[in-house]
Amino acid sequence: MAVLHARTIDAVRKNEPALLARWSQNLEASGATRDARISPQEMSTQARDFLRLMVDASATADASDTGAREWADTRAFLENLSRTRALQGFDSQDTASFIFSLKRVLFETIQHAYADSPQDQAGQMWAVSELLDSLGMHTVRSFQKSREEIIARQQEDLLELSTPVVKLWEGVLALPMIGTLDSQRTQVVMESLLERIVETGSEIAIIDITGVPTVDTLVAQHLLKTVTAIRLMGADCIISGVRPQIAQTIVHLGLDLQGIVTKANLADALAVALQRLEFRVTKAA
Amino acid sequence: MERIPILRMGEFLLVTIQVDMHDQLALTLQEDLAERIRKTSAKGVLIDISALEIVDSFIGRMISTIAGLSKIMDAQTVLVGMQPAVAITLVELGLSLPGVATALDAERGMSLLRRRLKLS
Repeated sequence: MAVLHARTIDAVRKNEPALLARWSQNLEASGATRDARISPQEMSTQARDFLRLMVDASATADASDTGAREWADTRAFLENLSRTRALQGFDSQDTASFIFSLKRVLFETIQHAYADSPQDQAGQMWAVSELLDSLGMHTVRSFQKSREEIIARQQEDLLELSTPVVKLWEGVLALPMIGTLDSQRTQVVMESLLERIVETGSEIAIIDITGVPTVDTLVAQHLLKTVTAIRLMGADCIISGVRPQIAQTIVHLGLDLQGIVTKANLADALAVALQRLEFRVTKAA
Repeated sequence: MERIPILRMGEFLLVTIQVDMHDQLALTLQEDLAERIRKTSAKGVLIDISALEIVDSFIGRMISTIAGLSKIMDAQTVLVGMQPAVAITLVELGLSLPGVATALDAERGMSLLRRRLKLS
């Protein structure tokens, strides 16, 4: 069993200032404190807090099981640390090495404290090593998790940003699509467009696909679905922004876009929409 | 027995579905509507499904049948007020209701019916 002895904990507590100083030296040597993203003061505060939390937890709990309740504070501290590091733009190595650089310092302390009994010394070193490894792993894991959260949030933002429904005229909605169309996006696009049609009572919706890089059978199917849903609701749909390459692909693939009004650009589509709504645009003078 | 009311407004028949449809209700409606069109020789039918929030494949098909039926009996049919969720469901079920005229709301549906009758 890898358990920290009271003697080890005492030794660490007694030597805390020296230990922290050595740790800072180590961090400095590895170049971590020279980073402009984090100040040396902040770093040493974090180091002190972490060491205290760790020592307090290991005084009451089993050091081999960092998943235990007593380690909750330490874990929360590390999760917070990882999150702030992730936001500051550090990579996982920087974050993990903060914890691992403590290893050497603690080893030295143990070596010193157990100079008389080599057997205990080895045992305690192993325990400390295991403890720090598991805490370091936890840091990396939560670092990765917070990074993934950031990515997921950005993806969501992108999804919503890339599907704005704009009102072009009284009764005319436009949806400029940008990026590849997949099932999930089509769903989002379809829903938001249909909701807006109900909300505004618009009779014509223009889907502009200028920003869609390629149209294959799947994309065409998604478009057809959207157009059908719009028609079922009682509105009309025009697809605009069909580029020459896309027109070629559609013909080559033999896709059937019958029953769908397509226009080369948004202006033409708007002209058709205005005509259908019986608007006439004339020059003032 | 539960029935969906069919109202007469001039030359038109008005069907507003205010409750969630179940299979028997849809079948009854189909029969009632056919009978009323025959009796009144209505020229237009407006079916308002704005309160309908859930459809399954059967109800979807019934809507399409009812619309097709009144068309055969020489009454122009307009389906109005379909909810987005219903539209998406029908599309996903592969029921695109070809040949059925649609409108956003009852008012637009009415004017569409009038326009069509004037033309024909």
